[in-house]
Amino acid sequence: MSSNPFSMAGSAESVSQSPSGGEYLVDRGFRSLAVIAAFLVIVLVAYIVWQIGRQALPAIREHQIGFLTHSDWNVQEQKFGILPAIWGTLYSSLLALLVGGFFGLTVAIFLTQGFVHTRLGFVLRLVIEMLAAIPSVVFGLWGIFVVIPTIRPAANWLNENLGFLPFFKTSLSGPGLLPAAIVLAIMILPTVAAISQDALTSVPYRTKEAAYGMGATRWEVILKVMVPTAAGGIFSAMVLGLGRALGETMALAMLIGNSNQLTLSLFAPAETLAALIASHFPEAGPAEVEALMYAALVLLAIALFVNMAGIGLLTLTQRRISGKA
Amino acid sequence: MNRMAHLERESPNLAHSWSDRRSMTDLLLTIGAWVVALLACIPLLSVLYMLIVKGGGRLSLELFTELPPAGFETGGGFGNAIVGTLVMVVLAAVISVPVGVLAAVYLSELGPNSQLGQSARFLAKVLTGFPSILVGVFVYAVVVLAMGTYSAVAGGIALAILMLATVVLTAEEALKMVPRKMKEAALGMGCTPTQMIWKVALPTALPGILTGVMLAIARVSGESAPLLFTALFSNYWLSRLNEPTASLSILIYNFSSMPFENQIQLAWSASLVLVLIVLVFNILSRLFGRPKY
Repeated sequence: MSSNPFSMAGSAESVSQSPSGGEYLVDRGFRSLAVIAAFLVIVLVAYIVWQIGRQALPAIREHQIGFLTHSDWNVQEQKFGILPAIWGTLYSSLLALLVGGFFGLTVAIFLTQGFVHTRLGFVLRLVIEMLAAIPSVVFGLWGIFVVIPTIRPAANWLNENLGFLPFFKTSLSGPGLLPAAIVLAIMILPTVAAISQDALTSVPYRTKEAAYGMGATRWEVILKVMVPTAAGGIFSAMVLGLGRALGETMALAMLIGNSNQLTLSLFAPAETLAALIASHFPEAGPAEVEALMYAALVLLAIALFVNMAGIGLLTLTQRRISGKA
Repeated sequence: MNRMAHLERESPNLAHSWSDRRSMTDLLLTIGAWVVALLACIPLLSVLYMLIVKGGGRLSLELFTELPPAGFETGGGFGNAIVGTLVMVVLAAVISVPVGVLAAVYLSELGPNSQLGQSARFLAKVLTGFPSILVGVFVYAVVVLAMGTYSAVAGGIALAILMLATVVLTAEEALKMVPRKMKEAALGMGCTPTQMIWKVALPTALPGILTGVMLAIARVSGESAPLLFTALFSNYWLSRLNEPTASLSILIYNFSSMPFENQIQLAWSASLVLVLIVLVFNILSRLFGRPKY
């Protein structure tokens, strides 16, 4: 045995060698492929935006900005307007966020602040995660046959007794805004719960211990220390939940009633942008397809704005908490 | 002197009392949280109950071997829709997994902090929350209009776009979990970056990457909005990839609005089968993701 371990290097028996020409080429090729793949993600998003914009162009020229403020959708007279759809999209999504956000945040607090035994917490977490795995159409079917019949008596009682309020002005005959918003709330609950949980668990342990050490009760710690500290993350959870609600299609197309009217009533049928596209597109003629492309562009703009805001906020708060600039 | 007297007069009462307003508030809020958490479980239990009761009753072999019935017919099944869903999901995986993993390799190994890497990561995150119907509109404009027909290929491409972001982001996480020392050791021994990635990073990260792929498959196999006007629907068996293709989710959507009891029953059974398919992929993802030691 040689006493110098380095004497092997470079000798004929050495296992180490510099890369051969072929290996060098393969390396270059593979790395270029990876760059192209990363580039493809960017190109894809840009191409989607460009392509939808291009398809919408004829309708934009034809209907201009009035498209956003009119409320007729009449194929015979070629009059298209999406004001009710925009209103319905925002109304149903915000309602869903109100309910789903409250439930999602409470579940996140419940799971992270030591309310339950680990095993029970595991079961609850699994239930919430499975909720995210149920397909949208299945929720739609469940909404038609379970949610609507269940809430109809209560809805009609509210309409009879409190019908003077604009929210209860009509009776619930079948599909409508409220069942759609309820199902939507259930669908965004997992998103809100998951991101809020991350936000709450990333609050430093000593912050929580310090509050407990000062004699605060559990809910004083949660409401005055944990939630305000995690506020950035929780807010982005809400924004991303809203983004999900805005783009949700099938459950809404099945539950909202596809009626092009402007209404405050929770029980009246309404319309959303995504549901409008889904229900009209398959049978649309050329002029209507163009109008629907315009509607798709509007939905794209709203969804991109909300999602980018949510992701931007989340990145910012994560950086702040982890202490990196 | 003055200070001592102050302390004696107001020595804090450390005893815990349930009648204290703060304790009462705490208790009430805790009960409230329990109620909310239990309420949050109701939807899933109700969905599963309906699927088993309404969908399970009709479950039989002919569901998997027969074609969807027309209007007043009785019986029938949705074998072609199961085949269509599986074919399109496989197509989507074949397209999106190589591209997604390659992009993830770039994001985690080659240029994590480069301008390109950061933009791609940001847009991949944006793509995860992208309305799926818009992907359908996009594929209609690009693929369906170009091919001149609705097809399984168009459906598969739409699903691939939806899968891509999940694959990229989870594969990136998995690659980042590979200990830095292992990568450095490989490079230090004279591996080219490509050899390091193929022989160290990817094999070590494989369970995590598979978890992400399975999750992405689970997510898209239930999708319907992007298939609505890319794959459309068909009442016949799939024979070629360039013709309209049936899928379980579109079958459920179509049948849910029909006035016939038989079709409604089939929609529930199809929902049960679809949820089972999604769950199988979900469970697979958990099995792959479980730490081995």
